[in-house]
Amino acid sequence: MAKTMYEKIWDAHFVHQEEGQAPLMYVDRHLMHEVTSPQAFEGLKIANRPIRNNHSILATLDHCVPTKLADRLNLPDPIGAKQVQTMMDNCKEHGLTLYDMKSKNNGIIHVVVPEHGFVHPGMTTVCGDSHTATHGAFGALAFGIGTSEVEHVMATQCLPQLKSKTMLVKVNGELSKFSTAKDIALAVIGKIGTAGGNGYVIEYVGEAIEALSMQGRMTLCNMAIESGARAGLVAPDQKTIDFLEGKEFAPKGDHWDRAVNYWKSLPSDDGAEFNSVIEFRAEDIAPQVTWGTSPEQVVAVDQYVPAPSDFNNEGKAIACKSALDYMGLEAGTKMTDIEVDFVFLGSCTNSRIEDFRAAAAVAKGTKVPSRVTAIAVPGSYLVKEQAEQEGLDKIFTDAGWEWREPGCSMCLAMNGDQLRPGERCASTSNRNFEGRQGKGGRTHLVSPAMAAATAGAGRFVDIRQLENS
Amino acid sequence: MEKYTNHTSVAALMNRSNVDTDQIIAKQFLKKVERTGFGQHLFHDWRFNEDGTPNAEFELNNPKFDGAKVLVVGDNFGCGSSREHAPWAIDDYGFNTIISTSFADIFYNNCFKNGILPIIVEADTLKALMSEIAANQGVELSIDLENQKVSTPGGISVSFDIEGFRKHNLINGLDDIGLTLAQTDRIDTYEAMHKERFPWLWVS
Repeated sequence: MAKTMYEKIWDAHFVHQEEGQAPLMYVDRHLMHEVTSPQAFEGLKIANRPIRNNHSILATLDHCVPTKLADRLNLPDPIGAKQVQTMMDNCKEHGLTLYDMKSKNNGIIHVVVPEHGFVHPGMTTVCGDSHTATHGAFGALAFGIGTSEVEHVMATQCLPQLKSKTMLVKVNGELSKFSTAKDIALAVIGKIGTAGGNGYVIEYVGEAIEALSMQGRMTLCNMAIESGARAGLVAPDQKTIDFLEGKEFAPKGDHWDRAVNYWKSLPSDDGAEFNSVIEFRAEDIAPQVTWGTSPEQVVAVDQYVPAPSDFNNEGKAIACKSALDYMGLEAGTKMTDIEVDFVFLGSCTNSRIEDFRAAAAVAKGTKVPSRVTAIAVPGSYLVKEQAEQEGLDKIFTDAGWEWREPGCSMCLAMNGDQLRPGERCASTSNRNFEGRQGKGGRTHLVSPAMAAATAGAGRFVDIRQLENS
Repeated sequence: MEKYTNHTSVAALMNRSNVDTDQIIAKQFLKKVERTGFGQHLFHDWRFNEDGTPNAEFELNNPKFDGAKVLVVGDNFGCGSSREHAPWAIDDYGFNTIISTSFADIFYNNCFKNGILPIIVEADTLKALMSEIAANQGVELSIDLENQKVSTPGGISVSFDIEGFRKHNLINGLDDIGLTLAQTDRIDTYEAMHKERFPWLWVS
């Protein structure tokens, strides 16, 4: 029978199903950071349970880590410092690989893992972090789990799992040069909603997806979770294979050929059935900007802030009203008339080298208005180093941006980088929830190029116009 | 884990959709390395004013919901981050049951690890429950997990679906990890096959 890629990975990791219990799924890779793991280590200790396979684990410090060099040497927040120290102690005690703040490999977990080729096609990968979906870009089944499950995987290398439904998101045609993977991600969420993917694993296919770089695919899969999906998947192809070849944790020698053969068997079979299919035309996907407090509250940049009366669904109308109140916006305002106070370029969604290249190309020769703060936060030290070699840091600083050390930074604002109440931010991150970037902060999600254009103008800009002028 | 038993308890109402885990437990409280003490921070930014006093406008600060163990909420509750601090906070505050039309996937799973029963009902049922709770003082809902039923003093009585293993494990307060460890020989067998099939994953 024709199988989807999800079903192939599921079948290859099915361990056992005990009568009256959920199927057990084997876990190949377990990623960790400091925020969602301490209670799991504590749980193991209390129950006196060892870690089953400590080679399956790769850990980093990212969420609590300051992005100003002086603060990294001496963490200003004692509670965050304790969490960081606890992670270091736990990794040392259990012999786990940890990219701590002094490591040249340090960075955001979902940026550093691909840099080292730790996740391959066909793997099952988990992390106590919802953006684990990122690694679906490699054709790996990757999803976020809670801390109890982190403990479960450490102790057993397995998770009780129910099989998800499958959704095929097909993006036909060619994106305009102004639209990116981020815009596809937001357009999909705008259409299906933040609950549209609940219960599903999404596979993204079509010419526009095949044309994306591995970094673009990571951005796209990263945001699968914002549509409620358990995971996002893109079939491995030659780009995937080329990306992994030679990486530290990539298969070597004879193993390489065997692995590549296996990876080539993973794409969904012709005729495989999906529970749901949704199609988009890439040409219709304009640069996107969110206007509300949920990623589904999004429009094309040349559109207007909607009114509650624009929604047929009562819940969505109420949500619109409350979002407008929180965001301090009036229905009918042109998106490009909205001024910002802050621009954040970074996060596990958009902090890879291509993101900085795209943003730098737009930022070059611009000047951030004095009333606006713009920060560029590389996803890892390797990204930072590469950007500096290419002189991108200079482009940003010349344009009036701050060039920071790597970390999650203002994506979730638990490391010192945050908005003040009422401040409005154009952000390349993944969530525009109330208070996500600081209590009372107002977040608009955009692509890196859109963020750079916004920084230069101090308000949202339709980058398609910029090029023509 | 504590066993989940049938109960009749006050239900609190939050008529909001897409309540995300950032609202349930804000990031500034995620730095603790313990599992306990998160209840005081539940819904912090909505629940408290700038000066730390309770925000009288916030639903859960309404005295008629004092002592509530059941939380009735709008669609897609618990979306966003995977933080288990969210169910820890809900549990610590005193809720052991949440009723909505839908829950975000990771949050839903996390609830069961903490003895919390998330109940999914139809939109019409949710609307009826919300109306009854809004119109009356201290409405007590009866939650019967064994028979998968929710009923109210106003006469609403509906059944709900739940996977058999989840129900069994909640009612018996079973430790998930212990259950999986009981299958260690199966895991060993699988792993031996895995090493044969994917040897490149076993190079350390």
